[in-house]
Amino acid sequence: MSVNYGSKRVVVGAHYGMRDWLSQRVTATLMALFTVLLLAQVIFTSGPIGYDTWAGIFAAQWMKVLTLVIFFSLGWHAWVGVRDIWMDYVKPAAIRLVLQVFTIVWLVGCMGWAIQVLWRL
Amino acid sequence: MAEMRRTRPGTMRLIDAVKYRLPVAALVSILHRISGVVMFALLPLVIWMFDVSVTSEISFERFTSAFSAGLGFVPGWLVKIAMLGLIWAFLHHFIAGVRHLWMDMTHSVSKAQGHSSAVATLIGSLTLTVVLGAKLFGVY
Repeated sequence: MSVNYGSKRVVVGAHYGMRDWLSQRVTATLMALFTVLLLAQVIFTSGPIGYDTWAGIFAAQWMKVLTLVIFFSLGWHAWVGVRDIWMDYVKPAAIRLVLQVFTIVWLVGCMGWAIQVLWRL
Repeated sequence: MAEMRRTRPGTMRLIDAVKYRLPVAALVSILHRISGVVMFALLPLVIWMFDVSVTSEISFERFTSAFSAGLGFVPGWLVKIAMLGLIWAFLHHFIAGVRHLWMDMTHSVSKAQGHSSAVATLIGSLTLTVVLGAKLFGVY
């Protein structure tokens, strides 16, 4: 194997395509199933959906745990996807690194906010 | 072919991509990417909506009034346009994603299958966007 340390170390590219490919599909499937589940709860509610019905959907503990898993899935899925975009279009390693750090900050920040909202219920 | 190679302007830049012919499958592909970026960019708006819609009855009021009275300096119709964009992005990303899973599972990767499933994706996502958009803007 060629030298991959020191100044020769490869710092760009994914190098773990299979894991990303599979994780993106697994997280996508989880989110798709969650969407169907949430839609079903909304559709099978008779009458207009007010605050009580809507907040009630997320009040059950199992739904909170499930929603939390979906948030993590979303973060992971979006990370793989957005990083793919940076790797495709942004060549200079320095700019790419800055964009990747921004992506992580953006996603982790959003996840933190969402989790706070979820567990305040 | 040799002539094409001679007239090539050098390293391909992103702007050169617009010169390519775009078959339906390629259109669905780039829209999959664009819809993903739209949702990534508007993620704070989505979480804000989740926040105000579930936190309390008072905040729920703020959620519903965002679509009529607006949100800060943003008028209500602009909030609805952003929602319409999100709805389209989600539907396209969802259906195009299911198409990917279906292709992976059944090895439906011929040119003809790619074309027909891409057409189905566009028809499905645009139809549902129109249906939900009409509801959003109070047509029915």
